[in-house]
Amino acid sequence: MQLTINGKNHIYSGDGEMPLLWYLRDLQGLTGTKFGCGAGLCGSCTVHLDGAAMRSCQLPMSSVEGQSVTTIEGLSADGEHAVQRAWREHGVAQCGYCQSGQIMQAAALLAETPKPSDEDIDAAMAGNICRCGTYARIRAAIKAASAAGGRS
Amino acid sequence: MKLETFDRIDNISRRGLLGAGGVFVLAMGLPRAVLAQATEPPKYGADAQSGGWRDDPALFVAIGEDGTVTITCNRAEMGQGIRSSFAMVIADELEADWARVRIEQAVGDEARYGNQNTDGSRSMRHLFLPLRRCGAAARTMLEQAAAKRWGVNVSEVAARLHEVVHRPSGRTLGYGALAKDAAALAVPDHRAAVTLKAPAAFRYIGSTDVRAADGVAMTTGRAGYGIDARLPDMLYAVIARPPVYGGKVKSVDKAAAQAVPGVVQIVDIPAPALPSAFQSLGGVAVLATNTWAAIKAREALTITWDDGPNGTYDSVAYRAELERSARAPGQVSRSDGDADAALGKAAKRIEAEYYIPHLAQAPMEPPMALARTSADSCEAWACTQDPQAARDLIAEALKIPVAAVTIHQTLLGGGFGRKSKPDYVLEAALLSRAAGGKPVKVVWTRQDDLHHSYFHTVSLERLEGGLDASGRAVAWRHRSAAPSIGSIFGPDPKHQLPFEQGMGLRNVAFAVPNFQAETCAASAHTRIGWFRAVSNIPHCFAVQSFVAELAHAAGRDPKDYLLDLIGPDRTIDPRAMGDTTNYGEDPARYPVSTARLKAVIAAVANGVGWGRKLAPGRGLGIAAHYSFVSYTACAIEVSVTDGQLVVERADIAIDCGPQVNPDRIRSQMEGSVVMGLSLATLGEISFKDGRVQQDNFDGYELTRIDAAPKITEVHLVGGGAWDAPPGGVGEPGVPPVAPALCNAIHAATGKRIRSLPIRDQLSS
Repeated sequence: MQLTINGKNHIYSGDGEMPLLWYLRDLQGLTGTKFGCGAGLCGSCTVHLDGAAMRSCQLPMSSVEGQSVTTIEGLSADGEHAVQRAWREHGVAQCGYCQSGQIMQAAALLAETPKPSDEDIDAAMAGNICRCGTYARIRAAIKAASAAGGRS
Repeated sequence: MKLETFDRIDNISRRGLLGAGGVFVLAMGLPRAVLAQATEPPKYGADAQSGGWRDDPALFVAIGEDGTVTITCNRAEMGQGIRSSFAMVIADELEADWARVRIEQAVGDEARYGNQNTDGSRSMRHLFLPLRRCGAAARTMLEQAAAKRWGVNVSEVAARLHEVVHRPSGRTLGYGALAKDAAALAVPDHRAAVTLKAPAAFRYIGSTDVRAADGVAMTTGRAGYGIDARLPDMLYAVIARPPVYGGKVKSVDKAAAQAVPGVVQIVDIPAPALPSAFQSLGGVAVLATNTWAAIKAREALTITWDDGPNGTYDSVAYRAELERSARAPGQVSRSDGDADAALGKAAKRIEAEYYIPHLAQAPMEPPMALARTSADSCEAWACTQDPQAARDLIAEALKIPVAAVTIHQTLLGGGFGRKSKPDYVLEAALLSRAAGGKPVKVVWTRQDDLHHSYFHTVSLERLEGGLDASGRAVAWRHRSAAPSIGSIFGPDPKHQLPFEQGMGLRNVAFAVPNFQAETCAASAHTRIGWFRAVSNIPHCFAVQSFVAELAHAAGRDPKDYLLDLIGPDRTIDPRAMGDTTNYGEDPARYPVSTARLKAVIAAVANGVGWGRKLAPGRGLGIAAHYSFVSYTACAIEVSVTDGQLVVERADIAIDCGPQVNPDRIRSQMEGSVVMGLSLATLGEISFKDGRVQQDNFDGYELTRIDAAPKITEVHLVGGGAWDAPPGGVGEPGVPPVAPALCNAIHAATGKRIRSLPIRDQLSS
């Protein structure tokens, strides 16, 4: 099967049940997408699938044939997506492990809802656990990214 | 029998228990006089840590000819920002341009780098001064090199932002140009030839403008954690471990697992003797060419287990055991006056029992390690808080010299105490040997992490208070029943060790004339270990909840009642409260100050608007605590509507002395609030038939963004004097959160929560 990752075409002929997460990490060496639970409960593995935020641990390779995947590595060429900039300006990250997923989720939110309310933010981000508890700054950074134009 | 061997150990790592001759001194009754240390003066702080401390710039500072300053950090980065803070201190004294500083992690080598165990909120409190001296010494050497090059007196030159200036002539030389000459000079004797900066000249220390060292990497997916370590031809290992602590494999059918494509090898790991300390729990390991294949193949193993002695561990039944234990006299931990008599004579007598179940640290990155083992050496990459412990453990297990074990420390995707135990690093080393030297990465799934952690202890705290006719507390008796961390290292002490008692059981700074604290027996049936703030969590939950209960019984405002209980401004020698541990610090240098405790209470009370009129269904709660030689307080406003709890606002204050990296102190407090709310409202690890009942984040829930406080306000208190003794930051924020929350719930609803997690208790 064929799929596109960060703009590059790939051909895969292995176990169709393998979650996209492990294909990205183990077979492609794209380790920015993280493993936190393997059950779609924590959001650490969030990628964009044809633009939509999805949990890659819940996407078997067979289900992503012909689709276009964007990982954290491909979100921007230079780390300067509005969300990434806002994250740094607000010192959001503590251990940083969940933040790839948080950033991907936030970017998808802003792409769809450029001016999210507090309720929109909480609802969109509730699937992404942060054990370090950076939620207050995540909210602030999303608002700042939104104010800065939000999409790129 | 006096347990002197434990007196000055605040962090009972296995290495901390080894005496001078490598003799394992945990065995009760072994006279400390056997070791030479008996006649030495007591050691405190960084001096008492294995490996001690270093301030030699040759170890921590390297300057390239292009001027790049590379700082080697000897502490684990797990979100507390130590990499940045560590480098900021050196860079400041060094007069380095922060934009030209890069940071590397030291390999595990305490003989070289000093203590590297990142635990106990010790890093900055132990290293602030050594790091300043290190930077200042390096700066001095650069100035000396420049003066020599110019042929002038060193008093005429000054280092300023990555260059040395000759003041009379204005000539400058950049650090890159001076690096080689400076490195050839002798490191100055710190106490004589090195001048620390005047604080007014600080550029980075105390600043909120310093760009975090790993910010770009962490926002672009380029940060390297334990799970990300890779080597060519690496195998991935997933291990089926005995579901019960002390269990082992009875029989295993590997055929189906062997047949899964990608599986290379299946290895039996022997179960350890109990207590298992840092040993692997053993089991059956599947080695495969990718993680998915290893996970699938493990599922295909058919294993029957011999559960061993803990096969009937049941949390419901165990709670009843703890209650029975706490309802009878225990071993005295502290005794002032005569609490027994005073309780008998009291005008009003209140009693309450508080229960907190086991908790799992559950860092977002589960334990991970990669190792490559040859016949006589081992190289590993791991997200470990204690690389030297990993080194020692692997050397012993593989029967190779410690010098032959190299531990590379990656970033940690959270630690919270779980990753100070190197069992998973040992697993990787063992499996690489079993795989003939191929690199093996051991992957713990979330289920593995929740089933096989070193859990926060489980506890039942029984408080009894006696009030006089005016409502003043005249008697206080606290019986604490909880299994001890000591149980994983040696014979189960069944009573909390002095360092656990010194976490808010005995060292409570109240002016109550009759104060008694006791430990009651509790056996351990699983691995118990450090969870951020450790025994401060249950002790503070009970003490600060009980204060509010006493206030209620006396018909008084809880904040005023707490302040009255603390009493007048004074400093208290921890030893006067029976505490000989005081987080490893000198009691003369770190007495307990009631004024500082009252100041953080005032800060949060002020912040939350204590005393204002609230709408029905809303309430305020407050709690304060001394831990890790810092002072913290939390005030929370909740609303409860139709049984639904909303945390409207949380104020949290810390007085940690000097505030080296204020933004990271704030973020640690913000994060502590969330972690405190999580343990208060949701998270519980329970056992049935010896097994953990929670498999993932559906069973072991964690607070998410939609349950975080609507407003979080952090108050940094004190911090004016740079030469004041620094306090810990990573852990002290956690303990006061749960009691503040439950006190707020009581104020809002009249319902008193004494058993965590809250979960559905408000809907009834």
